Amino acid sequence: MPPLINPITLFFASVFTSNILLTNFLGMCSFISISKDWKSSFGLGMAVTFVMTITAAVSWAVLHLVLIPLGIEYLSFIVFIIVIAAVVQILEMVIDRSSPALYLSLGIFLPLITVNCAILGAILFIQIRSYSFIQTVSFGAGSGLGWWLAILLLSAIRERVDKNPVPAGLKGPGITLITIGFMAMAFTGFSGMIAVQ
Amino acid sequence: MTTLVLGPLVSAGITAFLALVIALVDRVVNDYGEVTIDINGGKKTFTARGGAPLLGTLAGLGVFVPSACGGRGSCGACKVRVLSDVGPHLPTETPYLSPEETARNVRLSCQIKLKKDIAIELPDELFSVRKFTATAERVRDLTYDIKEVLFRLEGPDAIEFSSGQYVQLVVPPYGDLGESVQRAYSMSSAPSDGKHVELIIRLVPGGLATTWVHKHLKEGDRAELVGPFGEFRVHDTPKAMVCVAGGSGMAPFKSMFHDMKERDAFPQKDVWYFFGARSMKDMFYLDELKALEKEWPRFHFVPALSEPGPDDAWTGDTGLITDVLDRYIKNTIGKDKGLEGYLCGSPGMINACINVMTANGMSESEIFYDKFA
Repeated sequence: MPPLINPITLFFASVFTSNILLTNFLGMCSFISISKDWKSSFGLGMAVTFVMTITAAVSWAVLHLVLIPLGIEYLSFIVFIIVIAAVVQILEMVIDRSSPALYLSLGIFLPLITVNCAILGAILFIQIRSYSFIQTVSFGAGSGLGWWLAILLLSAIRERVDKNPVPAGLKGPGITLITIGFMAMAFTGFSGMIAVQ
Repeated sequence: MTTLVLGPLVSAGITAFLALVIALVDRVVNDYGEVTIDINGGKKTFTARGGAPLLGTLAGLGVFVPSACGGRGSCGACKVRVLSDVGPHLPTETPYLSPEETARNVRLSCQIKLKKDIAIELPDELFSVRKFTATAERVRDLTYDIKEVLFRLEGPDAIEFSSGQYVQLVVPPYGDLGESVQRAYSMSSAPSDGKHVELIIRLVPGGLATTWVHKHLKEGDRAELVGPFGEFRVHDTPKAMVCVAGGSGMAPFKSMFHDMKERDAFPQKDVWYFFGARSMKDMFYLDELKALEKEWPRFHFVPALSEPGPDDAWTGDTGLITDVLDRYIKNTIGKDKGLEGYLCGSPGMINACINVMTANGMSESEIFYDKFA
């Protein structure tokens, strides 16, 4: 029985109060490595949002049309990974053909996203929380936007931090992890406002 | 029981279905039809199927743009100037391009996908680059860590090159090396024998290609060579050649000297050849080169040992090759027609020799060497 949470509420909840990055700590590797400058963060965030929305919808269909009817939900990890890889591959080809400008800004990030755990994480939440299709799409898009928002915030902070004196031992990933910790604490302040599960 | 079968079947089925979708999308979306590749303003035109990277498409047409990484975008060697519009530079290309190259629309040919008719510019000599299959006819030790390998070309069965050029040896996967690698080696055989290519290869500890040659390659084994490449050649001026080599840097000079002597080419040029080694166990071709010196009056051979051993019975020059070179330029070599430098060896040796040569008034624009060592 799907919970009765309103898709619009769910959308905003997944952007802000249950941000997939800052409350669930998913997609950390690219979050830390690609957030050095604002421009690539923007591109990667856009790509994650794009892929997350589409793979969430496709995976929901696979889950409800194939896995659940056959009673083999335990295969979801393997199947979802394959679905993500295939969807990313198809998206790359379609974007390359249809929009060279979009390919230029998204293209190089797409292969990175195949192994981004935030995507798989979001899809597994959809399974665990038994979302409906509409909820799935709004949760996928919201989580993507939330990831995008978080990486943009972090890149802005990192660009400022870089211009300031940082103790030698903390330069680079050290100060970045501390920064992320503060951001996560700030976002934790929202927790409990809306229950997403 | 059913669950046991159902699981693998369904995951395999889903995978197969998605693979099919990808193949179909690839068929439909990646179909760019026939495209025309125009090289050097109409000198050569090809038609090929679009959709693949330029580098691979050109190789399929028999035009081999040099590439060390095989199209993975990690060596930056496959640069090509594109004259038609193929969109802006990709983030995967920019790290390998200088601002001038970016301005001239130089691209990495492995990164640009062939989507429509394209016009490109290539150095003319690339048209003579071929991929050869060859058999190692003779493998012999020159020193304890240098081997001479003579390849007999089989398909195509002859190569046209100028002395001083190099080929890329394609090393097949072996041992822990999962994929084939290519490394550049100067040809030491003379261009007059186009049916053979001889390489002189020193064992580099941990080197992928040199380890293969030293530990695995046997007479009768097959290998592939791609070439010829390179701008290292004798320049047509009356100036005396001051050639300096160490170790396997011998290779291009062996080819040049035999070629010049055979054809009596550049008869105005005097040739000075400095070859540096540590002790007799690093020295090779000594008798051959001394014989050449006797037969060919304008050739002067100066071998030098930096640390001759007690048993070496060395009567030639001793000292670092740079010091020997410095002495000869100052005292012995006639400078009335001017001097040109030709270097082949380790980057350290090349830099040290450039310093000695420029300190003796030679201009850097007249010192030639290949940078791939």
